[in-house]
Amino acid sequence: MSVLEKVRPVERRPETERHPRRRGVTDEHGRRIRAWELALRYLLLLGVLALTVGPFLWQLSTSLKGPTEDIFSSPPKFLPGSPSLHNYERVADTIPVWDFALNSLKVAGANVVTNCVGSALAGYALARLRYRGRRVATLVFILAMLVPVEGIIIAQFTTMRELGLNNTLIGVVLPGCVGAMNVLLMRNAFLGLPYEIEEAAFVDGANAWQRFLRIALPSVRGTLAVVAIFAFMGAWDDFLWPLIVLSDPSKFTLTIGLNYLHGTFANDERLVAAGTIIAVAPLIALFACLQRYFFRGVGEGAVKG
Amino acid sequence: MAVFILYPFVSTVINSFTDRRTLIPGEFVGLANFRELLHDEMFWTGLRNSTLYVLGVVPALVLLPLLLALLVQKNIPGITFFRSAFYTPVVASIVVVGLIWVWLLDERGLVNSLLEAIGIGKVGFLSDQWLLLLSAMAVTVWKGLGYYMIIYLAALANVPRELHEAASVDGAGAVRRFLTVTVPAVRSTMVLVAALSSVAAFKVFSEVYLMAGPDGGPAGEDTTLVMLVQRTGTGLTGRVGYASALSVVVFVVTVALMLLVLRADRKEDA
Repeated sequence: MSVLEKVRPVERRPETERHPRRRGVTDEHGRRIRAWELALRYLLLLGVLALTVGPFLWQLSTSLKGPTEDIFSSPPKFLPGSPSLHNYERVADTIPVWDFALNSLKVAGANVVTNCVGSALAGYALARLRYRGRRVATLVFILAMLVPVEGIIIAQFTTMRELGLNNTLIGVVLPGCVGAMNVLLMRNAFLGLPYEIEEAAFVDGANAWQRFLRIALPSVRGTLAVVAIFAFMGAWDDFLWPLIVLSDPSKFTLTIGLNYLHGTFANDERLVAAGTIIAVAPLIALFACLQRYFFRGVGEGAVKG
Repeated sequence: MAVFILYPFVSTVINSFTDRRTLIPGEFVGLANFRELLHDEMFWTGLRNSTLYVLGVVPALVLLPLLLALLVQKNIPGITFFRSAFYTPVVASIVVVGLIWVWLLDERGLVNSLLEAIGIGKVGFLSDQWLLLLSAMAVTVWKGLGYYMIIYLAALANVPRELHEAASVDGAGAVRRFLTVTVPAVRSTMVLVAALSSVAAFKVFSEVYLMAGPDGGPAGEDTTLVMLVQRTGTGLTGRVGYASALSVVVFVVTVALMLLVLRADRKEDA
């Protein structure tokens, strides 16, 4: 269950109904929150809001400021005097930002597909199929989750060189193609399904494939969505690994491209700002649409994973 | 899976005993790499910075998100919006976050012009070795807040309300209730957060790389261990053997950190 869902039902506790309906805002005990306390809460919330979202807005504002506008003024000007998209055009002129975005999209898309397919299959195998070494296999996945990526990145790099996949997008995708954590997430989801249904299907003559595709998989769609979203976000945001694998600017993903933009044109903050907005906007849009799954992923991944 | 995690892991350990380079297979050299580590000033700088990072970031990430979770726990109008907004930094790529803060903390950036406007004057966040490390830590904390807030929210939802009611009937104030009811109830989550954040903090790479530059700030004094791994081990002249030895150190320390946190938890139980 998502965290938001967990917290929300509190409002509907029977206690609230026992009290005569009161005006104003009530807390989870059905008691009324004092006005000054409420004001203090909103004040704090707005303060934190300014801290967390403010930097993004400042970046957006910088990216919209025209070339003649002073972006270093003190006291600072929060709103652009004459907003223009000029900087975005200039980013595209300086670096092939749309190609980078396409590369990122390819990597993230491939990562979503491999992770969903791979972790669903492996998770189902770990949860339901009986074969020798199943326990060991589960343990291997748990151990793999503990090995820090940073500790093996050099060996992965040399492996990629030996496979001749250095400096290719396939090389970027491969090491993350099936995350151990995702496999365990899927395993737990499959374990949570009642076994009786599958037994019934088994009696009706369904083989393992049919049980997997027709019965088990449709029931874990929620967890699969979580895996997909986190695979997408992880690949889109990743920095260290693409930085190591990719050396040819035409293969750069957005994150590496941004770092390149920053290194080469550090003096023009408007450009860098426009670039970062291009990189972050799709994810914020995705997050806004699917926040339920984001929160769910954190809850399930961290606590049960 | 096994191919991309376990094989590299084993080969990392093996490589750490060789003088392998990117293009040269290399030979077995025993503990020479590790002996060299002990005399490598850069290694000690990296170890110091990564350790400082853990010490600076972990306490903040254990405490601040908990307070934030308490703040957004009550269902007042618009709270869902605030919860989502506080999560935005988690969604954004670390590169985006790093660059945003590089611009904010720039000598002529927003923070400095605000500081100047209120008469404090400019602060060289990105030019001083220690301030730079501190700024990078602040960025890590800023990006992690929302993530751990959600973990704490899930834990807080399981705290029985009766405990709070009983405590307030007994006349406990908000601070006392926080210390005697909330903290013990979410303690196992605090341990989890401590374990997760300390391991992540020790492996810090992107924040410092972006804010201090590939060479690790003034005279390389802000280099972290993973930055050192990346710098020595990759490229055509990369010293794979030596970088593998560094990786082994990173691995050993992260496992040790996890065990340490879990052990501290058990001691408190006794």
